[in-house]
Formats: sequence, structure tokens, C-alpha cells
Amino acid sequence: MAKFKGSIVVDIERCKGCEVCMVSCPTDTIAMSKEVNGKGYHYAYPLNPELCNGCANCAMVCPDGVITVYKIKIKSGDEKGIKINEGQ
Amino acid sequence: MKKELRLMKGNEAVAEAAIRAGVDGYFGYPITPQTEVIEYLMEAKPYETTGMVVLQAESEIAAINMVYGAAGCGKKVMTSSSSPGISLKQEGISYIAGAELPCLVVNVVRGGPGLGTIQPAQSDYFQATKGGGHGDYHLIVLAPASVQEMADFVELSFELAFKYRNPVMMLSDGAIGQMMEKVYLGPQKERSNSVPEWATTGKPASRERNIITSLDLDPNRQEVFNQKLQAKYDEIKKNEVRYEEFQCDDADYLLVAYGTSARVCQKSVQIGRDRGIKVGLLRPITLFPFPTKRINELANHVKGILSVEMSAGQMVEDVLLSVNGKVPVYHFGRMGGIVTTPEEVVDTLKSKLIGG
Amino acid sequence: MAVVTGIKEIIKPENLVYAKTKLMTENILSYCPGCGHGTAHRILAELIDEEGLQSETIGVSPVGCSVFLYNFIDIDWQEAAHGRAPAVATGIKRLLPDKFVFTYQGDGDLAAIGTAETIHACNRGEKILIIFVNNGIYGMTGGQMAPTTLPGMKSSTSPFGRDVKIMGNPLKMADIVATLPGAYYVTRQSVHKPANVAKTKRALRKAINYQKLNKGTCLVEIVSNCPSGWKMTPVESNKWMEENMFPFYPLGDLKTPEE
Repeated sequence: MAKFKGSIVVDIERCKGCEVCMVSCPTDTIAMSKEVNGKGYHYAYPLNPELCNGCANCAMVCPDGVITVYKIKIKSGDEKGIKINEGQ
Repeated sequence: MKKELRLMKGNEAVAEAAIRAGVDGYFGYPITPQTEVIEYLMEAKPYETTGMVVLQAESEIAAINMVYGAAGCGKKVMTSSSSPGISLKQEGISYIAGAELPCLVVNVVRGGPGLGTIQPAQSDYFQATKGGGHGDYHLIVLAPASVQEMADFVELSFELAFKYRNPVMMLSDGAIGQMMEKVYLGPQKERSNSVPEWATTGKPASRERNIITSLDLDPNRQEVFNQKLQAKYDEIKKNEVRYEEFQCDDADYLLVAYGTSARVCQKSVQIGRDRGIKVGLLRPITLFPFPTKRINELANHVKGILSVEMSAGQMVEDVLLSVNGKVPVYHFGRMGGIVTTPEEVVDTLKSKLIGG
Repeated sequence: MAVVTGIKEIIKPENLVYAKTKLMTENILSYCPGCGHGTAHRILAELIDEEGLQSETIGVSPVGCSVFLYNFIDIDWQEAAHGRAPAVATGIKRLLPDKFVFTYQGDGDLAAIGTAETIHACNRGEKILIIFVNNGIYGMTGGQMAPTTLPGMKSSTSPFGRDVKIMGNPLKMADIVATLPGAYYVTRQSVHKPANVAKTKRALRKAINYQKLNKGTCLVEIVSNCPSGWKMTPVESNKWMEENMFPFYPLGDLKTPEE
């Protein structure tokens, strides 16, 4: 069974801190920052990046389109420990 | 160019002239006394010959907004209505002027206010020339006085509309719309293929997106835009004044009248002169731009001016402004849909200006 | 661009799963945080891009929060007067029948001042797509009651809740339009959760392709939130929407083509 490892890029200055991405994330990757951006919003960011599976739920619901998503396939047999492989 | 001679109603002439001028679309709604325009177009089926779109909209409001959409695509489109329907169109007309779109709006004026009457009137002059819709804008306003002019002004209207990217109104009335006269019609022109560079036709890679809008919340930009519009109207005032004079050169008294009133006043000039009064007629053809300069010149050698309109007196204010106090100016006109008689005009001229 | 990223090694062009389409301009969206408009715009822009329609599309923007829609998607636009978008779109489509023409309207635009234009465009079966974003409130002007405001729902002009005895019941425009023979495809969707976003995108893609068939009007209603007007956080507003708006405006297809 193939697993995916994801990584999101959040444009924090365009984020309005609405939290809809956080609620849509199935892996508890996303949290809202304690800092604020230039507009005064607590922006979203990957608090637990290692949990991200690249499902792109966050990017799909983001009203401001501030999230870009990348992912790679992890070779099966690597369930123990999280190794990062080149591409797939 | 051989012209075809027909006997037609004014409203029908507008429709036929529109087809022949290669107009791309007509959107309208029934209202007396101009319903013949859309009826004629529907029967003529120009969509089968020239591809001209003819659509009966659900209201005058919908019709003017259809004109807006099609005009935004750079097409030659028009609508027609009568006074109450033109009132409904005012928002749309303001938007068209604000977005700088070309189009033709025909108003076959009937008596008002409110539902009024279906007989002719000239009580929409203010609405046509001073705005009507909100904001600082102007329509170019042409006033036909015959069925021939109803036909000829269609092409002229589109020429002016596209030259200045501005809506044009043909301000007619119920008498001219309904009367039948000889009219010479030009040949069928091809519909134009040219696309103005500002039109929305789908954004190709080669240009920025075109946005047809009249909205700008930045006050500085909005002021600059309004100044641009005013400069445009100054150009129009400089270049597009049209009028016709009838025995004005030696006149002691001047009649100013347009449309049906001008036809009546032509007879009044004859009657007056038969009675020894040297009266002349200036017939504005463009109500905007108004023949201010010419009337001001004529005020140098006449003793008084009578503005004759089928209203409580609207154009008379522009005559007063043009004359600027040089000579007395009065208004005469019947209301309620009544067309004044030539004798009444002469009698009023005598009583108000000459005395006795 | 200031960013925070996840695991950096994964961030490579060949690993890209999702990025905002280039058809969205760089302008920052003028909407409140969490407003569904942004999501709706984005998937619409994605579709226009994916279907290769940028040079064939003319959009008609409304009066309402999305009045500046023409600043956000890189296509040709016409700004319509309040409620008149279907008439404007009619003028465009009748004169340029080969183009993809759509309107994008809110509930005040489509269901109050524009009811006649909406009904008649659909009744004539104008070959256009009407996108109807329904959040049961007038957002732009500060949260007044709309024709689609729910019974009992508070707004600035129904501060004690909508009283149907005085103000009537909310209008279900999609249901009304679905009864018209000229309407070809009518559906109601939402964009508050990823699965719904996907469904809405599928519905819009269908509507785009149906327009090529020239068979009638497509109406895609998107039931959406208004955190500011409803005076809730975005997450709260989505939950409230599920619990209150969806029972009244159920999601799903109301009319689908017979074949």
C-alpha cells in the first residue's frame, strides 16, 4: 500500500487566518500561528509537517488560494520510520 | 447610389433603416406609440438575412441591459421605447455612458408625467438633454422632424455613437412615429466585422483583459475619468451641432422648435409673413449639443424669441441660456398630447412678443 | 512572497499536486476571511484554464461583494447593473454565440432586484451559465436581509429575526428556475469542505460543457457563508450553514438533462 508524504507552502501575507484549512486537514498538520502577518491575521502554517500526506484538502478549501501543495510517494516497506525518497 | 422610395410610418422607417444600416441587434419592449418598431423587425426577420438579432425583452430595463452587454462586445445595437419606458432605462443609460459604450436609444415621446397619454408630446427634453439618469453625462440627442429623418438618423446615430463611444438618443414623438410619409431608403449595408480594441470578445494572449465597467472607488481616478467625459462632451459641442434655418436672415422674431413643433412652426412662419410679421424658424436637429452659438447670433438682430414645444417649457431654458438676456424669450406649447396649430403659434407670438 | 513551508525536500516542481491557477490574478481578494466567494472564484478560474477557454470567455460580474470579480480572474469582463447580469449576458451571448458566457451573482442581485431577469433568461433558455452564490444576506452593504434569508434569521434589517408574516418566506430560486423548460441543468452545491469543492467543480465543468450543446440555461447555486454578515467566525459560519442553510436549501441536482 503506497503512502504519500506531503509538504505545503503557505503564502502567509495573503492568509486571512480563517482556519477553514485547519478544520479540513485530516492529519492535524495545520495550526494557526501565534504571530500575525502584516495585516494582523494569525496565519496558517504546518505545525506538524511530518504528518502531512499531501491530500490538498487545505488548498482546495482555501478561499484566498494561499496554499500550494507538493507530495511524493513513499515506497511500501518503509512503514517504520519516515524516509524521504526522490520523486517517485 | 439608388435609393428605394417607400411610404412608411416613422416607426417602421426606423426599423427598416436599422436593417439596412447593418445594425447588429435590437432589444425592445412593446409600448405605445412605438411598438411598430419591434413588430416590423419581427416580421422582416433580418436574422435570416443579415443575422441581426431581434429580441423582445421582458421589460425596458432588461432591454437596455441587453444593449449594454452587446455594445460592450463592440456591436451596433439599439433599443426603442416611449417616455415611461425610457424612464425605466435611465439606470442602464447612465451605465452605458459611464462605460463609454456606443448605442442608439429611440424615444418616441408621449404625454406624461406618469402613465400620461399615448398622444405625442415633447416633455422629455430635460430627461434627454440634461441627464435623465444619474451622474455627469450627456447623450447626443438627435431630433427628427420627418419620417425621412427617422430613417436617416439611424445611421448617423451609430456614426456618432462609435466616433465618441457614447450613447445617442433619437428624440422623436408620437406624431412622427405614427405618421406616414415618403421615405427614400439606402441600400442594404453589410454588418461590420471590425472589433473595437476595447470590446469584450474573449481575452487573447496578445492583450490585457478588457473590462467594461463604470465603477471606480478611487476618487482621484474617478475625477480624472469624469473630466475625460466632460472633455468629450466639449468636443461634441464643438463638432456636432446641427440645425436648420427657415427664413431667419431678415427675421424680426424667431421661433425655435424641433420635431413636430418645427413642422407646425414652418407653417406659422408663412402665416406670420402673410400677416406682415417677419418671423423665422430655427430648428435644432441636435438638442445636445444645442445650437447655442447660432441662437445667440440670431438674438443680435431679432426682437424676441418664442420657443414652441409640446410641453410646459423645457427647451425654452436652453434658449434663454443661449440668448443670455439679449432679447425677451417666451415659451408656448400645448400639453396633454395636444399638437399646437400654426395659428395658435402666430397668435401667441403676437400677444407675447409684439403686443396686440 | 513570505511563506512558511513543510518539509523542504519535497517541494520540487515535479512533486506539485496543487497550485492556484495562473488565471487568478495577483490581486488580493477583497473578501472577508473565510468567505466562500474566494473558493468559488478559484475553481471557476481553474476550470476556464483547464478547458482552454480564457480567450473564449466573457464573464458578467454583479453588484454585491463580488463586484470586483473582474479584478480577480484574467478574462474579459462586463460589470452589470444590480440584478441585470442575465440581461447583459443575453446581449453578449446573442451577439457572440460561440463564446462561453456566464454570470456570477449574489442573492440580492439574482433573487431580489434581478428576479425578472433571472426568470426570463432561464425561461428563454439563454445559452449561458448563471452562478448563484447564496449566503442569505446582503454582504456588501453591511448585512441586510435578503430574499433568501431564512425564517427567524437575524440581519441588520431583520434585527429580531425574519418574520415570515410580514416579510414572506425565503425564495428558493433554483427550485423555481428548475420548473422552467428553458433551464437545462440546475444544481445546488457548496464550497465549504474539500469534497463539496470537488463536487461543485464537477458541476461547473458540466455546465461549461453543456453550454456548447446550445440547449438551455445552466444554473449552479452555491450555498455559501457570510461570516461578517452572520456575525460568526468562518469555521462557525460553515457549521451554521450546514445545520441551518442546507436543510432549507438542500444540495444536489434539481434538474439534469434527459439524456
